[in-house]
Amino acid sequence: MSAVAVTGVGIHPFGRFDGVSTTDMGVVAVRAALREAGIGKGGFQAAFCGTAYGGVATGHKVLSRLGMTGMPIVDVEAGCASGSAALMLAAAAIRAGQYDTVVVFGTEKMPKGIIRSSFFEPWQEEAGLASTPAFFGLRAQRLCLTSGITKDHLARVVVKNRRHGAANPDAMYQKETTVEEVLGSRVVCEPLHLFMLCSPNEGAAAVVLRRADLPSPAAATASAPVTLAAAVLRSHIPGPVLSESTPLAGLCRDDIPAPTTLSATAAYEEAGLGPADLHVVECQDTDAARELGSCEELGLCEPGGSAALLSSGATALGGRLPVNPSGGLLSKGEPLGASALGQVVELVRQLRGECGPRQVEGARVALSHTVGRGANAGVVILTR
Amino acid sequence: MHVLVREGLFADGHPPALLGSRCANCGNVLFPRADACPYCATEDPDPVELSGPGTLWAWTAVTAPPPGYQGAVPYGVGVVELPEGVRVIARLTESDPAALEAGQPMELRIETLHRDGDGNDVVTYAFAPSQTPS
Repeated sequence: MSAVAVTGVGIHPFGRFDGVSTTDMGVVAVRAALREAGIGKGGFQAAFCGTAYGGVATGHKVLSRLGMTGMPIVDVEAGCASGSAALMLAAAAIRAGQYDTVVVFGTEKMPKGIIRSSFFEPWQEEAGLASTPAFFGLRAQRLCLTSGITKDHLARVVVKNRRHGAANPDAMYQKETTVEEVLGSRVVCEPLHLFMLCSPNEGAAAVVLRRADLPSPAAATASAPVTLAAAVLRSHIPGPVLSESTPLAGLCRDDIPAPTTLSATAAYEEAGLGPADLHVVECQDTDAARELGSCEELGLCEPGGSAALLSSGATALGGRLPVNPSGGLLSKGEPLGASALGQVVELVRQLRGECGPRQVEGARVALSHTVGRGANAGVVILTR
Repeated sequence: MHVLVREGLFADGHPPALLGSRCANCGNVLFPRADACPYCATEDPDPVELSGPGTLWAWTAVTAPPPGYQGAVPYGVGVVELPEGVRVIARLTESDPAALEAGQPMELRIETLHRDGDGNDVVTYAFAPSQTPS
């Protein structure tokens, strides 16, 4: 089996861009990634496009605009993990020898306001049981009860990520905040205040994958390219009532692994690495509690240990294991189909040492994590 | 007149009940009813009615109307543990999170959501803090 290298990345900033279409953003990201990879028309044999709200043939529309069609183009929807799912499919195809080079991208314009998801049935909306922030609030409250997390911890996650995001020109919010400002913002769903929730928004990201044993046409990445060590997608095991599978009921049990844990366990095995080997992590922080829960589910700390991990400073830039140096979704916002690949773009740049003031010094092993409705949990491990 | 927000989900009698099922193979209790047990895939679980009382396991309040919702805000949403070994997500009649505490007894109620275009009250299942000491 061939190892898989990342030979180019590109991004369209995350934010709100009136008059810019899903296709427009995809074109920007794909063009940038192809340029980095040193390839053009005929330089790749397949394309996978992650999107949840893009509509029919989103990937085709982007590549048609670039004059690059004829190869298989497959749209992939896996909620927040759409980009991870696309990477998994592309990497598997390369490892199997089906393709030498594949373009993977995601592009999204989210509806404004609370996400209206076709996942829910009409009666759930009518009964008020289709409130995404309510599920976030319930999960946050349970984490507070089981892990000794307080609102102060939740606010400090936001302060940390917004400080990181202030150094990221591709983030939606590039302004720092304070604990007082976070706790002063209105309560959306206890214990979550407005500033503790990420904004659904717009953006695109693209990655070029290539068989690692082939020479790369890209001069910049020809020496010590970034390797895609694992790309894993998992759904859920039923039972946890607050799982991202969003059931109406579950079992009175707390020993059933979360989708993120299933995905992370498989990714660590695929990469032959463990959480102790990681130097930098981009994880799902759709709300502040989600980042702490993600740290526990990914094995970055013991179950119940995420408050201590945060308080130790380990997850801030300059700490032992910076989490969300890009600013996370709390700074960048969340365009579903582009979310995971946005993390991968950040981590590839971190591994190459290109991140300037938000650079994690000496980073050689990186992990990306997304999880959302379905359930879909994606974990990607990159090494250099 | 009133109409159920969804037929086949709950019974609006006295007392009200959730329409669940129990898997003949693994014994797990399910809500709502399903074609197969999600835990062991055995088909056609046996119908059971779940009427509580239960205990409060998690709770919050929704402060802004979510998409497709025509009722009043704020309203409570929570998770209640039922003695059959199942945790159920439901509306709560209490919309002030500070008025609730973990483990408190909760009983099943029928709650009006809003009035539809035909003048009927649309009702759903909800949990309320128990009035009778457990």
